[in-house]
Amino acid sequence: MQAVSKMTEQEWIDVGTLNDIPQLGARVVKTTEGNIAVFRTAEDEIFAVRDKCPHKGGPLSQGIVHGKRVACPLHDWKIHLDSGEAVAPDEGCAATYPVRIEGNNILLSLLPNEGCPNK
Amino acid sequence: MKEQLVLIGNGMAGVRTLEEILKLAPDKYEITVFGEEPYGNYNRIMLSPVLASEKTIDEIMLNDEQWYVDNGITLHKGKKVVDIDRAKRIVKAEDGTEAPYDRLIIATGSSPFIIPVPGADLEGVISFRDIHDVDAMLATADQYKHAVVIGGGLLGLEAANGLMKQGMQVTVVHLMDTLMERQLDKAAAGLLKRSLEERGMTFLMEHQTEAIIGDNRVHSVRFKDAPEIEADLVVMAVGIRPNIELAKKVGLHCERGIVVNDTMQTFDPRVYSIGECVQHRGDTYGLVAPLFEQAKVCANHLAEIGIARYQGSVTSTKLKVTGIDLFSAGDFTGDENTEELVFQDASRGVYRKLIVQDDRIKGTVMYGDTIDGAWYFDLMRDETDISDMRQNLLFGQAHLGDSGHGEENRVVTMSDTAEICGCNGVCKGEIVQAITDKKLFTLEDVRAHTKASSSCGSCTGLVEALLAHTVGGNYSTAPHLKPMCGCTEHPHDEVRATIQEQELKSIRAVMDFMEWKSPDGCPKCRPALNYYLLCAWPGEYQDDNQSRFINERAHANIQKDGSYSVVPRMWGGETTPTELKAIAEIAEKYEVPTLHVTGGQRIDMLGVKKEDLPSMWGDLSKAGFVSGHAYGKAIRTVKTCVGSDWCRFGTQNSTQMGIDLEKMTWGAWTPHKYKMAVSGCPRNCAEATIKDFGVVAVDSGWELHVGGNGGVKVRATDFLCHVSTTEEVKEYSAAFLQLYREDAHYLERTAPWIERVGLSYVKERIVDDENGRKLLAQRFLYSQKFSQIDPWSERASGVDKHEFIPLKQVS
Ligand code: SRM
Ligand SMILES: Cc1cc2nc3c(=O)[nH]c(=O)nc-3n(C[C@H](O)[C@H](O)[C@H](O)COP(=O)(O)OP(=O)(O)OC[C@H]3O[C@@H](n4cnc5c(N)ncnc54)[C@H](O)[C@@H]3O)c2cc1C
Ligand code: SF4
Ligand code: FES
Repeated sequence: MQAVSKMTEQEWIDVGTLNDIPQLGARVVKTTEGNIAVFRTAEDEIFAVRDKCPHKGGPLSQGIVHGKRVACPLHDWKIHLDSGEAVAPDEGCAATYPVRIEGNNILLSLLPNEGCPNK
Repeated sequence: MKEQLVLIGNGMAGVRTLEEILKLAPDKYEITVFGEEPYGNYNRIMLSPVLASEKTIDEIMLNDEQWYVDNGITLHKGKKVVDIDRAKRIVKAEDGTEAPYDRLIIATGSSPFIIPVPGADLEGVISFRDIHDVDAMLATADQYKHAVVIGGGLLGLEAANGLMKQGMQVTVVHLMDTLMERQLDKAAAGLLKRSLEERGMTFLMEHQTEAIIGDNRVHSVRFKDAPEIEADLVVMAVGIRPNIELAKKVGLHCERGIVVNDTMQTFDPRVYSIGECVQHRGDTYGLVAPLFEQAKVCANHLAEIGIARYQGSVTSTKLKVTGIDLFSAGDFTGDENTEELVFQDASRGVYRKLIVQDDRIKGTVMYGDTIDGAWYFDLMRDETDISDMRQNLLFGQAHLGDSGHGEENRVVTMSDTAEICGCNGVCKGEIVQAITDKKLFTLEDVRAHTKASSSCGSCTGLVEALLAHTVGGNYSTAPHLKPMCGCTEHPHDEVRATIQEQELKSIRAVMDFMEWKSPDGCPKCRPALNYYLLCAWPGEYQDDNQSRFINERAHANIQKDGSYSVVPRMWGGETTPTELKAIAEIAEKYEVPTLHVTGGQRIDMLGVKKEDLPSMWGDLSKAGFVSGHAYGKAIRTVKTCVGSDWCRFGTQNSTQMGIDLEKMTWGAWTPHKYKMAVSGCPRNCAEATIKDFGVVAVDSGWELHVGGNGGVKVRATDFLCHVSTTEEVKEYSAAFLQLYREDAHYLERTAPWIERVGLSYVKERIVDDENGRKLLAQRFLYSQKFSQIDPWSERASGVDKHEFIPLKQVS
């Protein structure tokens, strides 16, 4: 019943400020269940994606961010930051997490969004 | 509201344009298509293999009817457009169907030319253009025996071959004395004729058809001054005419074809035209590669991006008869101003001819072994100076330098399980299947879908050969000058030149000025731009860390498990007990799982956690080490041998020379990695002749070698020159390095760069032009003032701290 109790605790964690992440860059939030990469685009949009490429687990946080995508540093798959889906023709999905900005602070929820089977 | 876009002609060029538009501006238009043929869109080129029973109609459909539905396109199939009201902007079909347009594309292709002889309208006389014709041929072959093909060109021979495969006796009638005279010279045409005859084809050369005889159905063909022959089927394949009937009728300016400008617009700017029906700068085209280039430009204009221009195409030809390899491009006859290079091996049936003028390839004809066709074609279009490869040019690309591919290059005979792309482990069968199943046409498509040739690129030639062989025709054509990446139309050299001329000093400035198509570039162009700017404006340009690949951003090599490796410099490969002790202690302190002596004569500490890097670097700095840049498109190592200090053969102090060179050059960023080596005598223990810059000591001084590398495709260096003093070695080395830095494309190592620009060019700049050499060396040394700052000690003292520590730790 772990899952049920988790569902109820939609809890926002303050992980830092916008300025902590370079534009077109990412930083990692370490959790007991692995890393979450928090990305910042040129337009200062923020996305949170599991730091694990659907291909062979490469750390997406280390990739080059362009538009709303990141290129995995290991074999150059491109991943959509908003959905976590690999850009076609590659197929795969990395879980995404709810994240928002309040004032200058970045708030992250550790409860992954629905939609990606590969948690 | 969406604008109305109407396409007349549901063929290869028209639908390709729609595909491009859907990519660029999917929501801009409400699209309607009229096609005279009663199908979706199919690959006309593949009609020949269908006729030869090597493919089925289903296999050659490019876009079935569902595709139109899925993309919200209204398809009026089987409806011929007979009128266009250009004032009211309405298209009208034969059956009365009408469609209004805001923009219109005419892509009506061409019609086969029918020689106006008596009997040309008899039953059993057909052309070879569409599915209907192929069906007619297949049906005839079932019942009848004798086929006559009029026209010994590309189409005629493919038709004849197919009919023969269907069991008919085929006679090819040709007006000229050689086959395919527009693509082949006499020698190649002779070889072709011989092999077709061996397969059972009969030829009547220099025969002029006078009449086709029959009552209802054809039964014979009569010639001028020659005996009549029996025929149950006559295929006319004597040429095509741009289909301009409709355009002419509605008052659009036409000459041989519908006249268009560089954005594919007709004289009525709302009306575009593309494909075989078009005349652009006086030329018409009958192959798909140029039509696809036109389609791209047209779509770009319709999407109102408006940066692409069509400037005409150079085309090449192949014949799709299985087992016959033939390639032709450009001017293959030559004149008094050109030279001919010819290779002929009659017993193997191999023939190659190159027409050369002013050290540039003007044209080529190849028969029997065409594997290098795409390469010659590239050299021709890029107008590459071939003087340096002239000796080996005719033997093909595999014989250039020391590359070790040679016989492997025969994709056609390779088994399906043969590995083509070693990097991504993709074999021939997979590639062929992707090309056929997914209807891939370009190298980029194959890269995207199979990953083949998307990494080191050394198998690009093989993939192109496979592509050409699988889809037939000529698909290997990249535009004349390749754009840097999908974000721009501009090629590398143009970008570099513009950065200088316009004094652009940031990535943003370049993207804005040169009208980049994407908001902030991609992983291909950003690192390149960052490098170009850094090289152009040393000391001024503010390096953009986010445009660097992770290894360069974090100053260490990322490993497969996400950990990093650390390689400190060991100048010239020499070290001391103190250094070794320091490395040992640091390795223990950070629990480094593996130490490895690298191929570059130093020690790699592998498996370091990212968070540990700065403090580990701090410890290394204290022990006197600086970064080895093993991670960068930068100066890597300078390998040396022990030289005259110890070796009984050593002629000069090669170790010291290596150390001096490394101290002079370390820290410099380069288009690709750059390695040097110095050997103490011609025994060459430091392997200087497979390095980007190699120095070999001889009694009288030093020999300088350039443009080598190991790797997938080994290339031994070219000899640059001999110099006497240490100072000269340094000056030449700095000048050569700077020339490469200023001249090469990003990710182009010295070897391919030299093959592209030519050794003579490098010699002119470095050896012959003393003043130029000194200026190059000066520019290099100037830029070094800003780059010889050890990135590791900087980071140990806190630079880019955010790069190495997590944003937050949540328990
Ligand atoms: C560590 C090392 C292997 C070793 O343990 O000996 C090595 C490791 C890698 N080499 Fe290498 N190469 C190493 C010496 C070489 C050598 C030998 C030499 O330098 O004399 C060669 C052949 C010489 C040459 O470069 O021409 C070599 C030819 C390559 C190539 C092919 C280059 C080419 O132009 O074809 C690649 C692929 C590439 O760069 O695209 C490559 C790529 C790599 C990469 C960067 C692959 C990657 O992207 O991860 C490896 C990084 C491992 C890491 O994280 O440290 N490595 N590599 C060597 C480091 C040398 C050093 O001290 O800096
Ligand atoms: C057998 C064969 C083999 C070939 N092999 C090769 C090869 O190996 N390599 C190569 O590069 N090229 C090859 N080609 C040439 C290539 O197929 C053509 O260059 C290409 O198809 C031209 O494209 P298009 O769109 O201009 O014309 P098409 O593909 O002919 O399309 C024009 C379409 O418009 C329709 N149409 C015409 N008028 C009207 C109207 N008034 N209303 C409605 N619809 C209309 C026609 O029915 C047709 O479907 C080959 C051609 C043939 C026939
Ligand atoms: S170190 Fe070099 S040769 Fe070894 S696996 Fe990596 S890239 Fe290949
Ligand atoms: S692990 Fe990301 S592309 Fe391979």
